[in-house]
Amino acid sequence: MIGVFFALAASSLVARAVHLQVLNKEFLNQQADSRHLRTEKISAHRGSIVDRNGEPLAISTPVDSIWANPKELAAAADKVPGLAKMLDKDAQALMRKVTRSMQKEFVYLQRHLNPDQARKVMALNIPGVNIIREYRRYYPAGEVAGHLVGFTNVDDSGQEGLELAFNHWLAGESGAKRVLKDRLGRAVENVESIRPPRHGRELRSSIDLRLQYIAYRALKASIQKHNAESGSIVVLDIRSGEVLAMVNQPTYNPNDRAQYSAERYRNRAITDIFEPGSSIKPLILASALESGQYDTGSYVDTSPGYVVVGPKKIEDSRNLGRINLTTVLSRSSNVGATKIAMSLQADQLWQTMTQFGLGSMTASGFPGESAGLLTHYQHWRQISQATLAYGYGISVTPLQLAQAYAAIGNQGEMHDVSLVALEAPTTSKRVISVDTAAAINQMMEEVVRPGGTGTKAAVNGYRVAGKTGTAWKFAAGGYSEDKYLSIFAGIVPASDPRLAALVIIDEPTGDLYYGSDVAAPVFAEVMAESLRLLAIPPDALPARDANNVMQAMSQ
Amino acid sequence: MLPVRFSDTQRLIMRKAEPLGDVGRLLRRIHIDSILLGGLLMICAFGLVVLYSAVGENMDLWLSQCIRLGAAVVALIVVAQLPPDLMRRWTPWAYVFGLGLLLLVLYLGEIGQGAQRWLDLGIRFQPSEIMKLAVPMAAAWFLHERQLPPRLPELLVLGIVIAVPAVLIAMQPDLGTAVLIASSGILVVILAGLPVRVMLILGVLAIPGAYLLWRFMEDYQKQRVLTLLNPDSDPLGAGYNIIQSKIAIGSGGLFGKGWTNGSQAQLEFLPERDTDFIFAVMSEEFGLLGVLTLLGLYVFVVGRGLYIAMQARDSYTRMLAGSISLTFFVYVFVNTAMVTGLVPVVGIPLPLVSFGGTSMVTLMAGFGILMSIHTHRKLLPH
Repeated sequence: MIGVFFALAASSLVARAVHLQVLNKEFLNQQADSRHLRTEKISAHRGSIVDRNGEPLAISTPVDSIWANPKELAAAADKVPGLAKMLDKDAQALMRKVTRSMQKEFVYLQRHLNPDQARKVMALNIPGVNIIREYRRYYPAGEVAGHLVGFTNVDDSGQEGLELAFNHWLAGESGAKRVLKDRLGRAVENVESIRPPRHGRELRSSIDLRLQYIAYRALKASIQKHNAESGSIVVLDIRSGEVLAMVNQPTYNPNDRAQYSAERYRNRAITDIFEPGSSIKPLILASALESGQYDTGSYVDTSPGYVVVGPKKIEDSRNLGRINLTTVLSRSSNVGATKIAMSLQADQLWQTMTQFGLGSMTASGFPGESAGLLTHYQHWRQISQATLAYGYGISVTPLQLAQAYAAIGNQGEMHDVSLVALEAPTTSKRVISVDTAAAINQMMEEVVRPGGTGTKAAVNGYRVAGKTGTAWKFAAGGYSEDKYLSIFAGIVPASDPRLAALVIIDEPTGDLYYGSDVAAPVFAEVMAESLRLLAIPPDALPARDANNVMQAMSQ
Repeated sequence: MLPVRFSDTQRLIMRKAEPLGDVGRLLRRIHIDSILLGGLLMICAFGLVVLYSAVGENMDLWLSQCIRLGAAVVALIVVAQLPPDLMRRWTPWAYVFGLGLLLLVLYLGEIGQGAQRWLDLGIRFQPSEIMKLAVPMAAAWFLHERQLPPRLPELLVLGIVIAVPAVLIAMQPDLGTAVLIASSGILVVILAGLPVRVMLILGVLAIPGAYLLWRFMEDYQKQRVLTLLNPDSDPLGAGYNIIQSKIAIGSGGLFGKGWTNGSQAQLEFLPERDTDFIFAVMSEEFGLLGVLTLLGLYVFVVGRGLYIAMQARDSYTRMLAGSISLTFFVYVFVNTAMVTGLVPVVGIPLPLVSFGGTSMVTLMAGFGILMSIHTHRKLLPH
């Protein structure tokens, strides 16, 4: 009987072994694999963003993040204070974080440590504490290019600016590898690479960091000087449509996440709209010339210095009398512009504005871009057409207006704007005729010459064409009496335009608030330095100097 | 039934001189049974191979186990020199001495891992180890000159002899050892030819006994039983050990993953891999082939022990040899059945293979008794 028991017990063991090792092998084997084979992510390196000359604007540096399996870490609670000390955190807070996540398998303890520090943490050899390689974004240009470049979030995904707009291009694709892990989740061995990471590609932006810096500095100085609310500068390459500089105030440093707030990180040059005021007048005159109703010799009578349209009385600062189109522009006559606009067909006017790109988004592709506001002419009332003439009842973004000026400078051909450096200029479309463009260009030069409103925009050695603008800000209940936008838009060198720029200063305070006094000098400063840096030959060397050179050469 | 029913005449007829080689005869002269020793050493050798892998190739731990094993073999040789008659005469004193130590442990014992098992009298040891041998010896001593099978009053005395040390050990608490010691005593009684109807009655009585046992069990012990019934109910807690061990065994398949290549064991997914669950390590790395080999070796050793029991010349040695052999098998069975998920998790190591020393010395001393029994017989002249 003992023998029977003995045999029974022994055979039950054998049967059990066969049951597990032969019949259930597949299932149990799979269970075994699921315990120690893991698929792990290999982070892809995010492509850098550089300016058109290869200067870095955003680069990724390798960092290590510390994560933990809460259950395993909680089991080694005595090690937590040491860990907290190494991570420079409060031990109790860290413990709370761990216990709160007990139901999870993964919790970050510290993101983005430098690899040296991370190695020290791992040297503590605490169960459940692991490391993962990540990349952190660094923005060498800081707040100078902050708005344009934007930033990524902690997971290395673009959130704003070019980082967001070109996220797919920059991000690459993380790879995967299979690793052997022990019970504490430590990777013991790399088994195989399932998929190599595809690293992100470099983005060469259209920005010229030198111009960007000049614009940044000039804008910041002006905002401080006039104690203004905000401001923007856009500089375009007229021949290609590339954005060479784009700055705003207030700005922020993308390296310092504490500064993030909607107020600061808006790229106003693209996302915000404003009423252009007088700076729209060159477009109105272009429309007049295009209509055939006017030519460069046409006159308009602005007497008695005001005109009444419906309930509204539109005034000039004084009675300019009968003036030609150039004077309408150079003296910025509201009455003249209004009379011209009123005499045009509504569809003619609307079409010209639309051709210039107003009321529709540019090709920048920038996230959060605004299309501006241009009401369809069929919905215009008489007063709409009148106020349009001096830039009210229409809203544009700074980039749109700069783009329109660039088209005038490019002999009436408008390029799509681009935030990416281009191998060849984008296709362009004709907006106005070559003659019209040349005529407007010439008229705008008078604005900057003595007797015009924009004399402070003059750049020594270069011919400048441009237009000032001063717009009352629209506030609740109507136009504010003491809040202005000060605008200057222009193109240089006027003889062979290369750069188009727009300066807008929002709410300058103090005695000076006209575009001619606030924005024009900023334009002059930025253009003077940019022209020199880009080695664009001067087209207005004083005649006397030229003679000196001739004399020197002949001697 | 077993050899106790054989008359002396039958025994004398059955006894033949065993065919032995030169080494065997030499060993026989120093009271060593070469066949049993061979089986034991093969188990130990296989065990050391597995252990090397199970301790994560830690040479220091592995060598310390080799030293313990050497000490255990020395104990075997020493015990084998003691004639069975001498052992029988010392039995009551050994039992009383062991009982006294058990009482001491309850009052003076050191606490290790939540239990009071250790006694420090110059050397640290567990008195329960003495009782592993003293209880079956005492039971056999009590029965050896009485009429067999035992009658009820004798059974009651035996019950007390077995139950007192078992309860004292269970109070430490060390339920696993208590069960083993009780079963080694009970095996003696069964070997003495307990009538079937008495066994049935005891079996029926076992039901309320089991209930009482349940009432007195610690929570963790109850949990183990419940976990066995449904390990998946708490896969990360109490069921973890069994699930992990079943996975390790099953994933070994027919031929295993190879020595030191068991992923579950080497990556520490398997708990207690060098002690109670070493069988799972072996199964994972050597597969079904390894399981059959090891179980075969165990069965061979137990079989040799039972053969020695059959050849024994008196009822004391016969019952003692049978009990020691079968208790050894109970050890193997409880451990492997636990690791494969057939019985609840009881902290019993795999004999001669698991890491650890005390129980190995006791086991080898037990086999020393077997050898003494076998080699001190007065052989008939040829």
